[in-house]
Amino acid sequence: MLQDGICETNEIINNGPAKKTISNESSLDQTEKALQVDISDALSEKDKVKFTVHTKTSLPDFQKSEFFVVRQHEEFVWLHDRFEENDEYAGYIIPPCPPRPDFDASREKLQKLGEGEGSMTREEFMKMKQELEAEYLATFKKTVAMHEMFLTRLAQHPVFRNDHNLRVFLEYDQDLCVRGKNKIEMFGGLMKSFSKTKDEYYLSATVKDVNDFFDQEMTFLTQYHQNLKEATSRSDRQTAKHKDVADSYIKISTNLLQLATTDTGKLEKFMTKIAETFEKLRKVEGRVASDEDLKLSDTLRYYMRDTHAGKRLLIRRLKALHNYETANRALEKARAKNKDVHAAQEVAEAEQAQTEACAKYEQMSEKGREELVDFKQRRVTAFRKNLIDLSEFEIKHAKAHAEMLKKCLSVLQNE
Amino acid sequence: MADNKELPPLFDNEELKNDMDFDDDDDSDIFASAISTSIRTSSAQDHNIPETSSPFNGQSSTPEDLPKLSLKDTTRDTSVSTLSSPVAQSGPLSPPLDPTNTDIDDLHDVPINDDHEDHSFNVAQSQSIGEEPTESSDQYLKITVTSPQKMGDGMGSYVAYRVETKTNIQLYRNRVFSVNRRFSDFLGLHDKLTEKFLRSGRIIPPAPEKSVIGTTKIKMSGEKSQEQNSGSSEFLERRRAALERFLNRLASHPLFCIDPDVREFLEADMELPKATNTSALSGAGVMRLFNKVGETVNKITYKMDENDSWFEETITHIDCLDGQLRSLNGAVESLTNQRKELASCTGATARSIAVLGHGEPSASLGRALAQLAETLEKVEVVRKAQANSDLYQFGEMIRDYVALIGAIKDVFHERVKVFQNWQHAQIMLNKKREQKARMEQTGRSDKTNQAATEVIEWEAKVERGQEEFDKISTMIRKEVERFETVRVHEFKKQLIQYLEAMLQHQNQLIKHWESFLPEAKAVA
Repeated sequence: MLQDGICETNEIINNGPAKKTISNESSLDQTEKALQVDISDALSEKDKVKFTVHTKTSLPDFQKSEFFVVRQHEEFVWLHDRFEENDEYAGYIIPPCPPRPDFDASREKLQKLGEGEGSMTREEFMKMKQELEAEYLATFKKTVAMHEMFLTRLAQHPVFRNDHNLRVFLEYDQDLCVRGKNKIEMFGGLMKSFSKTKDEYYLSATVKDVNDFFDQEMTFLTQYHQNLKEATSRSDRQTAKHKDVADSYIKISTNLLQLATTDTGKLEKFMTKIAETFEKLRKVEGRVASDEDLKLSDTLRYYMRDTHAGKRLLIRRLKALHNYETANRALEKARAKNKDVHAAQEVAEAEQAQTEACAKYEQMSEKGREELVDFKQRRVTAFRKNLIDLSEFEIKHAKAHAEMLKKCLSVLQNE
Repeated sequence: MADNKELPPLFDNEELKNDMDFDDDDDSDIFASAISTSIRTSSAQDHNIPETSSPFNGQSSTPEDLPKLSLKDTTRDTSVSTLSSPVAQSGPLSPPLDPTNTDIDDLHDVPINDDHEDHSFNVAQSQSIGEEPTESSDQYLKITVTSPQKMGDGMGSYVAYRVETKTNIQLYRNRVFSVNRRFSDFLGLHDKLTEKFLRSGRIIPPAPEKSVIGTTKIKMSGEKSQEQNSGSSEFLERRRAALERFLNRLASHPLFCIDPDVREFLEADMELPKATNTSALSGAGVMRLFNKVGETVNKITYKMDENDSWFEETITHIDCLDGQLRSLNGAVESLTNQRKELASCTGATARSIAVLGHGEPSASLGRALAQLAETLEKVEVVRKAQANSDLYQFGEMIRDYVALIGAIKDVFHERVKVFQNWQHAQIMLNKKREQKARMEQTGRSDKTNQAATEVIEWEAKVERGQEEFDKISTMIRKEVERFETVRVHEFKKQLIQYLEAMLQHQNQLIKHWESFLPEAKAVA
């Protein structure tokens, strides 16, 4: 907690979920950076992705000031779970765990493409393949960025960055031996998440929050999370469709080219020009799709996860409140039972427990309020930046699109 | 999802929107009689796909045609009617699957057809001589088809289209006039023209095809919700546009634009006699199917040795074009569909963003999200418009050309048939000559005379056959050349228009996003 000032950078860092850090970090004074984490390299092996995590630090707890380790997605999940489990952090919003690398969609498409190879021309096939490879690469980059984001947020946090597990994660140059869950663990996990939701319902039904702020936050976050989820899935569908549109340009352009070769002389140049334009337009449309994905869908998605993390915080607080109330009742019971006994052991214990629970609850409430206000601020700033980026990209692409069309038209009309 | 109010801007006729309410009767315009429809669907399975019986082969005219001729000038009347009845009689008799028999049938037709051929050809020639120069002059004939409107009730109802014409051609009585026509009238017109001109090698612009699927869909969805309604409105709009293009193709042709049948169609302010043989499953329709099957077999089995290099080249060129246009058509169709889906996805996103903005506690961000939702809604409209322009300015043109190429192929096939007749006459002539020679050798003078007259008769037939073949070849060449010029011109024009529309849409996008940008920046 030496450099409390850095926690403010959280907001800036979190602005761009996918393509942040480097530019932001370089703009900050290097000496203020106690702990810098980035993913310098990533390797895709079969269905595993290996991230090379690069750390630079001036914190005394670390043995060296700069080091590299290789980590896999499961280890990120492990790290996240350690934070989630730690009682000390109950009052904080724990940065959401990065999503599992998901290349299934790309792979499926690639397979489909392979099956449909006979039905299209060689050129078309090559273009489709290129397109898919680009898509794969984009997904890959995004995955890397998400993982980096997670680590950066931890590293920037004044409390989290001193966590022992984080240190192990960053420093220990061997495997952390956290393999994927086996079946029993999976089942356990399922039960856990089931009991989590059960807790949620139970707590929200039984514990009446005395504090209006948290009560409102709870309703808000629940609703907001739902909204974000909906918006994210819609937006995802939209970008996927947009990619399809871009893909169908490929077919049109190759068909036009073929037509041009048939129409020697009369329409050859004309058709070739249009085919070329379609090819260029395809790239623009593709970029529009990926920028919409990056700036809109991903922002929505990230905050969907972040609101979930916020909700978890509120639930933890409710639990603490519940514990506090239980401790109160226990204390009263103990007092009633031991009212004839002077300085009964039982009462003292209950008092002790009650005070602890109270302190914990109070501390959590205080921290939680800070965190939630901070979260709101962070979210607004991030949305602002991404919305501006989104509209700027849209304008840029539409302009490029229009420019190409203008050029093409002027060539065609001069013929 | 797509309410009427969201109808894309391309639907430029206002009336269309109001007329969308009659969802349950849209089926009727396709089938001249709804009763035959039900019969048809059952027997259709035997001949699979009744719609394939496109009215290209003009052989199957039935006696019902005769009343239609009442308005024609008398000389034509006689020639056509003498033609049509014998053909109609021979048509049903010809076993459809036997190519040799069809040949003989053709042979029987020769004198009559020849007659007719001479007639209409002369007419055509005289007209084309008179007309072709004026094609470039400022003569015009512009036709718009508007306001599909439901006529009648229940099963017998149909959709009538308003056909408005503007022209300065002297042959028309007025400069501006309009009539009501139903879909089967259009098909009837096409059939009449095919019957009259296919034999002379004219490329007859194809009429829009009957869409059994489209109409059945509408029929099924008849009493259902609004969503279906918009589907049927799209169907009607597509058909309306296709009919308009069909008529304008006729109008731009130097011969068809002054043809009496076309004139009658455009001008006569009365209901045209019902063209029964256009409905796919009437007796004539079935006959047409038989004929078609016979012709297809003939096409496959008979290979003509082509010794005209122009034809050889053109036929391969047209075949090539056909395949490419078809695949392009498929590509554009899939683009249209993808873009439509994209538009509706954008709409869905806009709505969920609006909900998100509504629940947003930060006032400025909430406002920005609401604005974003609005912007996305505008983007949705633009994308819908783009999808429409994909369809109407690009896709439909390609579709038309696929059909036009079908018409060209029909003409080529007609030429092959003429060639076959000629060759057959040649063979017969040789036989008769041999016969005559034999007679002379055996010295049977009584039969020699008869043989001699037969030889003379066949000589004349051979001559006529050759003449006919030459004529059809010349005409086809001329027509195909015209087609090519028109095609190049129309492709250029349409594609430029299409790209211009696209440019406009992009400019709209720029505008929408630019107006959103300050809203995003205003978030505090």
